[in-house]
Amino acid sequence: MSMHSLYLLVPLAPLAGSLLAGLFGRQLGRAGSHTVTILGVALSFLASLVIARDVFAGHLFNGPVYTWLSVEDITMSVGFLIDPLTVTMMLVVTFVSLMVHIYTIGYMEEDPGYQRFFSYISLFTFSMLMLVMANNFLQLFFGWEAVGLVSYLLIGFWYTRPTAIYANLKAFLVNRVGDLGFLLGIGLILAHFGSLDYATVFERAPLVAHDTIELVSGSPVSLMTVVCILLFIGAMGKSAQMPLHVWLPDSMEGPTPISALIHAATMVTAGIFMVSRMSPLFELSETARSVVLVIGASTALFMAFLGIIQNDIKRVVAYSTLSQLGYMTVALGASAYPVAIFHLGTHAFFKALLFLGAGSVIHAMHHEQDMRNMGGLRKYMPITYVTALIGSLALSGIPPFAGFFSKDAIIEAVQASSLPGAGYATFAVMAGVFVTAFYSFRMLFMTFHGKPRMDEHTREHLHESPWVITLPLILLAIPSVVAGYMAIDPMVMGNYFGNAITVLPGNGGLHVLREEWHGVGAFMAHGVTALPFWLAIAGIACAAAFYLKWTGVPDIFMARLRGLYTLLDNKYYFDRFNEIVFAGGAREVGTGLWRVGDMRLIDGVMVNGSANLVGRLSARLRRVQTGYIYHYAFIMIFGVFILMSLWFVKA
Amino acid sequence: MTFATPNLVPVYPEIFLLVALSAILIADLFVSETHRFLTYAYTQLALVGTAGFLVLGATGVPLTTFGGMFVDDPMARTLKLVAVLAVALMLAYSRSYNQQRGLFRGEFHVLILFALLGIMVMVSANHFLVLYLGLELLSLSMCALIALQRDSAQSTEAAMKYFVLAALASGLLLYGLSMLYGATGSLQMALVSNSILSGSADPAILVFGLVFVVAGLAFKLGVVPFHMWVPDVYEGAPTAVTLFVSTAPKIAAFAFFMRLLVGALGSLVSDWQSMLVIVSVLSMLVGNVTAIAQTNIKRMLAYSTISHMGFLLLGILSGSLGGYAAAMFYVVAYVLMSLGAFGVILLLGREGFEADQLDDFKGLNKRNPWVAFMMLLIMISMAGVPVSVGFFAKLSVLSAVLDAGMTWLVVVAVLMSLIGAFYYLRVIKLMYMDEPEDTTPIVAEADHRILIGLNALAILVLGILPQPLIDLCLASITQSMRG
Repeated sequence: MSMHSLYLLVPLAPLAGSLLAGLFGRQLGRAGSHTVTILGVALSFLASLVIARDVFAGHLFNGPVYTWLSVEDITMSVGFLIDPLTVTMMLVVTFVSLMVHIYTIGYMEEDPGYQRFFSYISLFTFSMLMLVMANNFLQLFFGWEAVGLVSYLLIGFWYTRPTAIYANLKAFLVNRVGDLGFLLGIGLILAHFGSLDYATVFERAPLVAHDTIELVSGSPVSLMTVVCILLFIGAMGKSAQMPLHVWLPDSMEGPTPISALIHAATMVTAGIFMVSRMSPLFELSETARSVVLVIGASTALFMAFLGIIQNDIKRVVAYSTLSQLGYMTVALGASAYPVAIFHLGTHAFFKALLFLGAGSVIHAMHHEQDMRNMGGLRKYMPITYVTALIGSLALSGIPPFAGFFSKDAIIEAVQASSLPGAGYATFAVMAGVFVTAFYSFRMLFMTFHGKPRMDEHTREHLHESPWVITLPLILLAIPSVVAGYMAIDPMVMGNYFGNAITVLPGNGGLHVLREEWHGVGAFMAHGVTALPFWLAIAGIACAAAFYLKWTGVPDIFMARLRGLYTLLDNKYYFDRFNEIVFAGGAREVGTGLWRVGDMRLIDGVMVNGSANLVGRLSARLRRVQTGYIYHYAFIMIFGVFILMSLWFVKA
Repeated sequence: MTFATPNLVPVYPEIFLLVALSAILIADLFVSETHRFLTYAYTQLALVGTAGFLVLGATGVPLTTFGGMFVDDPMARTLKLVAVLAVALMLAYSRSYNQQRGLFRGEFHVLILFALLGIMVMVSANHFLVLYLGLELLSLSMCALIALQRDSAQSTEAAMKYFVLAALASGLLLYGLSMLYGATGSLQMALVSNSILSGSADPAILVFGLVFVVAGLAFKLGVVPFHMWVPDVYEGAPTAVTLFVSTAPKIAAFAFFMRLLVGALGSLVSDWQSMLVIVSVLSMLVGNVTAIAQTNIKRMLAYSTISHMGFLLLGILSGSLGGYAAAMFYVVAYVLMSLGAFGVILLLGREGFEADQLDDFKGLNKRNPWVAFMMLLIMISMAGVPVSVGFFAKLSVLSAVLDAGMTWLVVVAVLMSLIGAFYYLRVIKLMYMDEPEDTTPIVAEADHRILIGLNALAILVLGILPQPLIDLCLASITQSMRG
């Protein structure tokens, strides 16, 4: 099989699986449906492995597969760009997806929508692969919207729950805001570069680096800054950066495998991937990178705070995801794109692991998600416990787990950055380390340690989950341990990405990082003496103190810091603000338009008004038909008169 | 003075028809009341024979005879054939209606044939006097037909109105023709045309005459403001006669326009174009708007006819061969639709009951889904909905007007047909969404039902495959109007 057809196989195998399970799910049955979809994704994963070997042997690919339409000199086509960046994403996506597919067999075994679920997650895999493999903006946008759609469908998978419907509508609407920015950015690129093809756009980018456009006439702004910020707004929607993060915690209404696959490991990282892919553009605008840096840093810190007070096990992981996405964004802002992708990869493993671990707990607890009703699960679910511990250590950044390497690399890159806002960002990511360690071990202790707090009935039925659930946990735990250690040298320090990522000389910390690099061992040795490591240890110690030893302390804090707690409990009032200003405002405007525009103008004047007019005219004209022959004759003569006078007027 | 025998070959269809109808007139005297069906059969035979002469004698090139007074060209052949077909269908649809009302008599059939002869003469007229001869033959026969139910006050009144107004219109027409004769010194169309082209005619007198000619023509077509007879005659005449009035004479009127305005006065196109624009817009407006207020379906269809004739004029006034062909396509499509619509009304009627109120169509779908579906096809075609012949008829005239550069007129026409869609769709709503008020079973002769089905399906088929008919019209017009 040629490489070319292998490229096609990667996205099409999951699509075929999805269509089979979706359209013929009833005929295939449950086992048939999960077999075809898992087969599709496994095929896709194996193909990705083969492609990866080929790529690292130096065979890149960039070309169209199918031309969709051609208007004048703009060609829109489906095409693939296969380079190290793409291959990394392909491996992450297909591997996590495969794990989630297997896990779903156990997790969803009693759900009536079994086939539908498999069809959706395979469709998601297809969409995500189309997104990362695209070689042009149009296909990127297609994948972007397609993953958004599947995310919408899956958050509302249990469509009879009002909260699920509310959550998926919210995700959809918030993403609209981001997508509008993204679309505007793409439009601006098409207008100024005359092409949607990555290669062409990147080639022309330096030529227009100093162009300006006037958004408000009279005040020119840099074209690159506007383009990059618009694209980043798209990334903010998908990757849930403040203030467009509000949909992600609510998306936990979806089944847990989805939270792992879409809302932790893959889709939410699409924004990070996109910005990395666009590095030739972002490198040209310092302002845009500064914006990226500040927004990322704020998300990293403030979302981590929210993780502390959550009691729902999935929500803790969700806020942790938000915070980690913030870390990745910070790396992007500091021009350390490889570091962002590195963290994306390690995070995908340990966060999927944590989510699936949480899912395993929820499954064992009969869909109980409140940590206050758990405790002591360690002895009932040893495999889940150990894997969750590995995930938490990785998340907290304890060496030698994967998270340590990527997080430390980010912190060092930010420290080396000289952009406006870098000081704030450095503080935020440092403080974030403490908070992260605190909330992740708080979760671990509340769930697995201490006295069991669940009711008798649940405790009697507690047992370790079946192998389809624990196998993915184990398979994900392995990279969570070793991925950082193994990948940091080639991926961040070496020339792994080749030309896929552009970093201009003098921009940011990556260069500094590479200069100071003396191998993995030295990096680790340096790590345990540096501040972030001790912050993480302090976080774990605090968690242990508050939730294992002096369990009364958190309540005292809560009582003392009432105001702060309320602020956090209301998630900084983002939701209230949106509900009142945007949702309420939109409803007011809508009602106004409906009353005045629709009822009065369109219905009143245009529709009913014209119908009325015709009706009245009709009644009048009808009366002309009097039935008297002399009236008729008179009208005829009058007609002749009219025609004649017309001629006189013309003459 | 020598008298050369004119070439009679081009006139064979007319001669055959005249001979046949004279024979029927006499034969009918010897047919007893119980065997009146024979008269009907003879009449249909005469029509078949005429059609046969028309088809077999077609040469494809224009021929003139009687010293250039009579012309036989592809347009004439096609239009005559459509007229014969329309009359044959009309007779089939109205047979049982006439039987139930004592109208199934020799006079009816003979008068119809005379009217048809008048139509055929008009279609082939190449001389003002021949044109007038055909016109009067048609008008007088129609007048007698309208009054055929002489005990009915309504019929008599309608006939009376038609007679007086037709006389007035004839007067206007003759006055106009005399002006043209005065200006050009000829009654022959070709010579009139040459005289105007040579510039020897006084333009003031010409246009003065033109105004009266257009008025006379407009009366025949029944367009605003010469339309006042149309609703009263449609309502007052027996439905069988209404069916006739609404179909075949429109073909004659179209030919009348083509021969007189295009053939003889073609070089005055800029003058008659603006007149026709006014008449056409007024017809579409008054026709469509007034139709909405009607409760009687015959009156509603009368106003619908007025608006259709306004659309037909759009094709003629565009002043191009394509426009004339579009108008010809329109008249053929209109005749098909009108035959179908009145055919359904005749089918629903029974002894002592005329299905001429809109309310009589309520719940027709429950009473007889097949007939309701046929009526549905006819109504959507009249409204000009796609996948019906009415859509292509409207489309082709509108594109001709667009080609002539009168975009505003297209907009007006589309708006008017939008208003018109209301009352056509109302019929459909009554048939499909309302409960029937009258649950008497619908009985109809087999031939009537089959022909209505074919009629409505023809509307559908020509809506899907309109090209052959469009090509036929274009070929007829280009071959006839070039010379």
